[in-house]
Amino acid sequence: MATLIINEKKYKIDADPEMPLLWAIRDSVGLTGTKYGCGKGLCGSCTVLLDGKPIRSCLTPVSQAEGAVILTIEGVENENKVLQEIWADMNVAQCGYCQSGQIISALALLKENNNPTDEDIDTAMNGNICRCGTYQRIRKAIHKTAELTNTTTIK
Amino acid sequence: MSAIHIVTRRSFIKSLGFASGGLIFACSIPSSTENKEQKPFNGSIFEPNIFIQLKDNGELVLLATRSEMGNGVRTSLTSVIADEMDADWEKVSVLQATGDAKFMDQNTDGSRSVRFLFEPMRKMGATARAMLVAGAAKKWGIDANKLKADNHYVINTENGDKLFYGDLVKEASEVPVPENPVLKKPTDFKYIGKGLKSIDSKGFVSGKPKYGIDIKLEGMKYAAVARCPVTFGTVKSFNKDEALKVKGVLDVVEIPRIAKPFGPLGGVAVIASNTWAALKGKEALLIEWDNGANETYSSESYDAMIEQNVLKKGKEIRNDGNIDREFKNATQTVESTYHLPHLVHAPMEVPNATGWVHDGICEVWAPVQAPQATRKEVADYLDTSLENVTINVTFLGGGFGRKSKPDFVVEAVILSKIIDAPVQVIWSREDDIKHSYYHAVSAQYMKGALDENNKVTGWLHRAAYPSITSTFAPDTGYAAGFEFGQGMTNLPYAIENIRCENVKAPAHVRIGWLRSVYNIIQGFSVNVFADELAVKAGKDPLQFRLDLIGPDRIIKNNQEDYHFDSAKLKHVLRTAAKNANYGKKLPKNHGIGIAVHYSFYSYVASIIEVSVKENNLKVHSIHSVIDCGTAINRNTITAQMEGAAMFGLSLAFYGKITAKNGAVEQSNFHDYQMLRISDAPKVNVEIVESQDKPTGVGEPGVPVIAPALINAIFNATGKRYKKLPLMDEGLV
Repeated sequence: MATLIINEKKYKIDADPEMPLLWAIRDSVGLTGTKYGCGKGLCGSCTVLLDGKPIRSCLTPVSQAEGAVILTIEGVENENKVLQEIWADMNVAQCGYCQSGQIISALALLKENNNPTDEDIDTAMNGNICRCGTYQRIRKAIHKTAELTNTTTIK
Repeated sequence: MSAIHIVTRRSFIKSLGFASGGLIFACSIPSSTENKEQKPFNGSIFEPNIFIQLKDNGELVLLATRSEMGNGVRTSLTSVIADEMDADWEKVSVLQATGDAKFMDQNTDGSRSVRFLFEPMRKMGATARAMLVAGAAKKWGIDANKLKADNHYVINTENGDKLFYGDLVKEASEVPVPENPVLKKPTDFKYIGKGLKSIDSKGFVSGKPKYGIDIKLEGMKYAAVARCPVTFGTVKSFNKDEALKVKGVLDVVEIPRIAKPFGPLGGVAVIASNTWAALKGKEALLIEWDNGANETYSSESYDAMIEQNVLKKGKEIRNDGNIDREFKNATQTVESTYHLPHLVHAPMEVPNATGWVHDGICEVWAPVQAPQATRKEVADYLDTSLENVTINVTFLGGGFGRKSKPDFVVEAVILSKIIDAPVQVIWSREDDIKHSYYHAVSAQYMKGALDENNKVTGWLHRAAYPSITSTFAPDTGYAAGFEFGQGMTNLPYAIENIRCENVKAPAHVRIGWLRSVYNIIQGFSVNVFADELAVKAGKDPLQFRLDLIGPDRIIKNNQEDYHFDSAKLKHVLRTAAKNANYGKKLPKNHGIGIAVHYSFYSYVASIIEVSVKENNLKVHSIHSVIDCGTAINRNTITAQMEGAAMFGLSLAFYGKITAKNGAVEQSNFHDYQMLRISDAPKVNVEIVESQDKPTGVGEPGVPVIAPALINAIFNATGKRYKKLPLMDEGLV
């Protein structure tokens, strides 16, 4: 048995310690917002935050995630609702499949850097592939979120 | 309107050269669908037809019959109903239809969802509006002519009294269904032509929408299938001992190949209690394969062969005038050979499906572009009637043509039948890259004649590529009319002497359609070659191209109700040039390239600016313009054009599938790369204002990108690249 802390909830699961966190989250816990894309850490669809850092859950064994604080797309509304709202408002998504990973990566970037440049965004988001090609809107959504969040903070 | 569709689809099948090979199953629109399928009033819901449910609290449920894969179709077509119905969009929710012929053609490909369904959906909405107005007239006891509908209310124009739609469900259900409801004037459209956000945009940021891979059923098992590395190879023997030792693996079973166009390839399936165990168990299998005839397929020798063969005369498929005479009389000639590799769709969501055969029926949950074809394949396999098979269409994590072929769904059904439980089959990314229906590899030879005034007087286009028909019928090595018609035989240039030829190229992998299909191949050669001719003629590529397109004229298409208009093609090109500030002084090492293409009845031009410094390519901007007739949803069209530009850059930069000894050499995103955000330039999109019938949007933005890029690189460097991808040239 392993215990995972996901979106502030504890889950006791019966999973092989070697099982990638991705499949534990999806199949054992049943949170399907985190996606499989490549299984090799190449596309970023499976990105979640582990103790605040973005990681590829398809490569991270359950044993390494035990006891850590895990955030998946289902928990983003409690972390950065503005990002989520802007993302929806700018209609970033096309098919939507990679967007959980994109949003988690963007969330991590904005935690580190509240006013990223295009270059900062490209660097932070380069591990996340979008086959639909929504990159232009991703950049805009991150800029807009930074702008709104910063204004709110000043107020 | 239904008559047009019937003709269209039949003639398409005819052009393929086979009767019912499986490409299209729903050939006609049942007249009952139009507006006669009114259900008896159940006390709280008004259902004027199978697309609309209005509840007595005002909630409006609209049916999406086409698959949502990023194309925005759950929003575009439902908004057409809502507009004609004068409904409040805030009260709309969308229900995804299962696969059923009563919903008309549901095959979400060919960039035709809106083209086929715009008018029928308008009529559905207008029918509902007319009935609500008639219901209100009855309730008030006044003439319906004195009433109008607006934003979920019927309004008495004389005194301003209002009746809420939800309060009219009973009355509306009791009036007769009008035969020919009056459609709105385009100037009165409220949603059509605007930029409604996707109805799913909030869902997409929450992780909640269910894709095929997200389906969980009670007692469901997971399965991964090992398939022969060589297309159509079979299992000779296998050892399952190591696989069974993997924790969570429950069983290992062999599944047969079904030798049908959409039949599974067959192989050895590992059944497990979770996805990871299934995938890991698959890796642990020891299998001896009988590779079969396609083992001889190696890209290196095959590509060299078609590049040689395309230099020799092929089968004539278009011959206007006398090009041999023109080449003899020419002041100058230009010759060029182009080579483009196989491509694979690689949607972010791999092929997957959940099937459950039980109690004489079969239920499927899957991300499919063609739910009716899927239903037929499943029913055929189970030897049962269509009524016993339900295809629940989930969200698709991208499709691009891959998910039109339900081979992966049949795998799930086979396995569910064997183990008597619900089964979810998942393809690994490696499975997806190695066992697809590939975009065709191609070699093309072009020759052009210029006279003393540098006018193009002769044009020879010779193409060799394996045909999609090889997937459906015995392979003759020759391609089909619908493939030539994607940019070769329908060349839009005003040249008197044109010859198009097809050179044999047999298929050794399954060939399928991929976003824009053969337009990628022929749009590339035609646009790059036109640029080469302009250079030889010493003319500006833009003016040269406008001259090539020639005078304003309509070229009739006898198979379809859409005709080519050369003025529109010139207009998109001129507009893109204006938007890109074509002719401006460019910085050192910068170059600009143009391409223009007509596909899926839409007109698209793209202008790309690049810089090349020390063999380092950077794309600075893309200006795309589309004329797709009436624009239904500007937000979606813009997004599709942005995405098409990225799709085009991806294939130009990185796209290459090769085979060695019959097996595909690439396996995942490290060796089949995708464009990433750091390579993504800004894309500017303009949509031409038009009142004409809507035409394609999802695909037409793709074919122009690679040639515009090649032309821009030439403009910057003087070097002409004739093979893709550019990563092989060290440019990216």
